[in-house]
Amino acid sequence: MKLREIAHARAGDKGDISNLSLIAYRAEDYALLEKHVTPERVQAHFKGVVHGGVQRFLLPQLGAMNFVMQHALGGGVTRSLALDAHGKSLSSALLDIDIE
Amino acid sequence: MKTLRIGGGAGYSGDRIEPAAELAEHGDIDYLIFECLAERTIALAQQAKMKDPALGYDPLLEARMLAVLKTCAEKGIRIVTNMGAANPLAAAAKIREIAVSLGLPKLKIAAVVGDDVLEQLHAGDYLDDTGEPVAALGARLLSANAYLGAQPLVDALAAGADVVITGRVADPALVLAPLIHSFGWAMDDWQRLGQGTLAGHLLECAGQVSGGYFADPGYKDVANLARLGFPIAVVGEDGSLEITKVAGSGGSINTATCTEQLIYEIHDPAAYQTPDVVADFSQVTMTQLGPDRVAVSGATGHPKSGMLKVSVGYIDSYVGEGQISYAGSGALARATLAQDIVAERLQLTGVALTEVRYDLLGVNAIHGLELAAQAAEPYEVRLRVTGRTDSMREAVRVGNEVETLYTCGPAGGGGVTKSSREVVAIRSTLLEAAQVKPAIHFEEIGS
Repeated sequence: MKLREIAHARAGDKGDISNLSLIAYRAEDYALLEKHVTPERVQAHFKGVVHGGVQRFLLPQLGAMNFVMQHALGGGVTRSLALDAHGKSLSSALLDIDIE
Repeated sequence: MKTLRIGGGAGYSGDRIEPAAELAEHGDIDYLIFECLAERTIALAQQAKMKDPALGYDPLLEARMLAVLKTCAEKGIRIVTNMGAANPLAAAAKIREIAVSLGLPKLKIAAVVGDDVLEQLHAGDYLDDTGEPVAALGARLLSANAYLGAQPLVDALAAGADVVITGRVADPALVLAPLIHSFGWAMDDWQRLGQGTLAGHLLECAGQVSGGYFADPGYKDVANLARLGFPIAVVGEDGSLEITKVAGSGGSINTATCTEQLIYEIHDPAAYQTPDVVADFSQVTMTQLGPDRVAVSGATGHPKSGMLKVSVGYIDSYVGEGQISYAGSGALARATLAQDIVAERLQLTGVALTEVRYDLLGVNAIHGLELAAQAAEPYEVRLRVTGRTDSMREAVRVGNEVETLYTCGPAGGGGVTKSSREVVAIRSTLLEAAQVKPAIHFEEIGS
C-alpha cells in the first residue's frame, strides 16, 4: 500500500532545507506511519535528492509528523537550477512510499 | 470576551486580489493583513529601488489598495502589510496618493523602517552555517534586511495608523501586532504570544489554510478553487483561536487543511523561531466547530533569543537555459540523444559553466532518475538544459546550443525556448536585536 492511501503531505522550504509534513487521514492510521515512515526510510527514499540528514518530529495528537531534510534543494531555493526549485513536489514523492 | 477578526488577504506577492476585497466587504473583519515578501523579493526590490528611488515596494501595491482601501476606510478596517518591501516610505506616499484619488476624507499611514541593516552588518559576520564572512560577497552584496518583530507595528497602531506598511518583518508579526495592540498583551506573555504567532502562521499563506494547495482529486477534493475564499482568524483576548472564511466563498477549512498549514515550514514544532517568541506548536490540537470553522489551541512559547535573522541578498551568478520537445515513438531516445549532443557541444565550444543540469521534462525533471525509473515511457519529452556561469554573455550560450538542435540535432525537435537571467540569491546571518533600530514615519490626510 502506498502512503497516499492513508495520508496526505505538504512540502515547504527554507534555504536549502526541505520541510515535509505527513498527516494521517484517520487517527487510527498514525501508528502505522510512526512505525514505517522512519527518518531512515525517508532518507533512503530520497537518496538521489537529499544530500544531508533527515530529522523527524512527531505530533501524535494531530496524527502528523514533520520531516526536516538538509541539503535537499540543490543549494537553496534562490540559486537552484532545478525546475521545481522549492521542492514543492517532494510531498507527492513521499506519498509514493510503499508500506505493508 | 473581547475578540478580534483578522483577514489574511495575500499569501505572496503575486496572489489573487479579489479574495481580499471579499474579506473587506463580507468578512466582518477588524484587520486585513497582506503578507507579500518572500525571502528573495526584498533583494529584487532593492535592485528596483537602485534604478528608481521612487520604487522598491510591491509591484501590486497599487492594485491591492485600489481594491480594498475605500471599503476598509469606510468600515474602519485597519491594514497591516509588508508590501513596503525595500521602500516603505515610498509605499506610504503611494498609498496617500491613492487615498486622495479615491476621495477618502481621512487616513493615517505608518511606514515602519529600520529593517535595512546593510550599514550595521559587519564584514566579519558569518553567513549561514558555512563560516564564510559577509566580506566574501564583496561588490555582489545587494541588501541586508533584519526580520523585525511586532513592537514597531504595535507602536504604529497605538499612534492611530489606519494602514501600517513595513519592509522585512517576521510574517506572523503582521497578525501578532494587532493582537498585542488590541488586547494589551505583555511582550513577555509567552503563552499568548505563542498562540498569537500560531494565528499569524496559519494566516500568512492566505488560501493555503482554506483549501488552496490541498486538492488531490479522489483523495482530497476541494470545491470551487477558482473562487477560493481567504481565511479569517477569530482571536480571543485569552488567545483562543478559530480559523474560518466568508460564507459562500470557495475552498474548505477543516482540521486537515489547518494541519497541513500548521506544519508548513516550521522545522521543529516545539521551537518555531520568531523575533518575538520561540513559539511551541508541539501540543496544538484542533476541533472542527462546524462547516469551515476550526478551533486551534494549545500553542505556547518560550523567551526569544535576542538575535534577529538577517536575509542577505547578493548577485550569485547567471543562468542560461534552453528547452526543446520531442514526441511520438522514440521521443525519449531522441531527447536523450539531444541531451548528449548539447553536453558535448557545451564542452567543445568552451562555455564556461560552474554547474550544469540536464532534465527530461515528463521523465526525470522533478524527482530525478532514481524515483522516476519505474515509470512507463512517455508520449512526449522535453529536454531542459540549465547552466550556471559567471557572466550573462556566457549564460546566453547555453540556450543557443539547445536552439541549434533545430538544424543540427535529432529528428523532430520542436518548440525551442531559451532564456538567461541574473541570479539574485539569499543567504542569512544573525544580528543582535539591540543593534537594530526600527522607526516610524507617518503620512496623513484630513488630520
